[in-house]
Amino acid sequence: METTPSAVQIKGLRDGLLVTLTGEVWEEQLASLVAQIDERTSFFQGARLALDVQSQTLGLDELMQLRDLLSERGISLWAVVSESPKTEKTAQLLGLATRISKPRPEEGRKFAAESAGDDETALFLTKTLRSGTRIEYPGHVVVLGDVNPGAEVIAEGNVIIWGRVRGVVHAGAKGNRKAIICALDLSASQLRIAGEISALLKPQSNPRPEVASINKDGRLQSEAWQPG
Amino acid sequence: MTAKVITLTSGKGGVGKTTAVANLAVALAADGRKVVCIDGDIGLRNLDIVLGLENRIVYDVVDVIEGRCRLRQAMIRDKHYQDLYLIPAAQTRDKNAVSPSDMVRVCDELRADHDFILIDSPAGIERGFRNAIAAADKVLVITNPEVSAVRDADRVVGILESEEKYSPALLLNRLNPVMVKNHDMLSAADVLDLLAIQLIGVVPEDEGVIVGSNRGAPVALEPKSRAGQAFRNIAKRLQGQETPFLDLDKQDGLWGRLQRLGRK
Repeated sequence: METTPSAVQIKGLRDGLLVTLTGEVWEEQLASLVAQIDERTSFFQGARLALDVQSQTLGLDELMQLRDLLSERGISLWAVVSESPKTEKTAQLLGLATRISKPRPEEGRKFAAESAGDDETALFLTKTLRSGTRIEYPGHVVVLGDVNPGAEVIAEGNVIIWGRVRGVVHAGAKGNRKAIICALDLSASQLRIAGEISALLKPQSNPRPEVASINKDGRLQSEAWQPG
Repeated sequence: MTAKVITLTSGKGGVGKTTAVANLAVALAADGRKVVCIDGDIGLRNLDIVLGLENRIVYDVVDVIEGRCRLRQAMIRDKHYQDLYLIPAAQTRDKNAVSPSDMVRVCDELRADHDFILIDSPAGIERGFRNAIAAADKVLVITNPEVSAVRDADRVVGILESEEKYSPALLLNRLNPVMVKNHDMLSAADVLDLLAIQLIGVVPEDEGVIVGSNRGAPVALEPKSRAGQAFRNIAKRLQGQETPFLDLDKQDGLWGRLQRLGRK
């Protein structure tokens, strides 16, 4: 096999490593990444790794194989960044993040009224989000667990928390004013929908499920959930 | 004999990590266990003071790692217990003098001859913290019933859970039952509600703890101290013995009676 110039680029991020893979043949890139890891096991041991595959289109099998190869070596893959929508979709299917830095919300960008329900992808998380956790997602977010103080959920679509919210939740992060936030307890949280902010600081002793949305007057308001 | 490596960490500083390490070490040694404490707070060492071993330090953990002495030479024997040792931190170096794999190596070398290795983590979630948890079999997250300390503990628990190999347990330190009763302090239930991890013990606030730390005689040595009793109970739980939790509402002594009178 002829040797091509290393197609693997490794960069340190604030909380992990960013690996950029470029090239034509996926198998070759994979092999050279694995070779680099095996050369420096102690450096990679326990690392959190984000992968930038640029415009390559990768299927489920390929990403799963990669994830398995990494986890066998004690590395956890948490994000796959790609310009290819198909790869992004695949990564989301595997529960991986698809962006690693915070995108600036584009202020004032007009959204069509239907756009909240337009893209039906949702991120489903079944754990409590602890302080310091930041979840960003270009669709809806559903959390089965609490959002603790110091944790943030930022979604371009709606946010549903099956639990207590004590941290920050931002729905419609790119300006969608139709987005909503639902939770079993919203009584001590900071909520944002599009550009509106409301801070609710007093926990209530008898919390009820609530829905927060932007009302007719353009203010962010939460109301008790009325079944039926 | 294979030692269990237990790291105490908190995120926030000043919640009582070092005091807890010293007290648990003494309590385990009193139960006849062979214990080594490692001070992981390179550059800000103080476990030696709390154990009363300050002026016996010749070599420290950085000397071991950099090969200036053998491991045995850096182990300082306790004044009271034959089988309790301290490996002190270096005071003139910083966290970067040690790497996580160094800590694993040191602990592996100690494992064969001891029952427990207790590691005192520095505050924060950076290099020193990573070093301290690298070798851990069990991590105790210590916090006070204060909102700021609990939030930092939550962050630490999140980090530990994301690494998946550690199952953290909670040690709630400095709980004041009177303040809890008056709703001036978070209760153990409030803290547990947020952190949602296993509780290994609740230590009541006790002035004797500070006196003990200053004197270099951990309060776990005091048979009458309630904080000391709480630490002794935690040490039992670490040894796998079921031990009931202290009834903290029972206020002993003159001070407790006075406080109760004051509230009436």
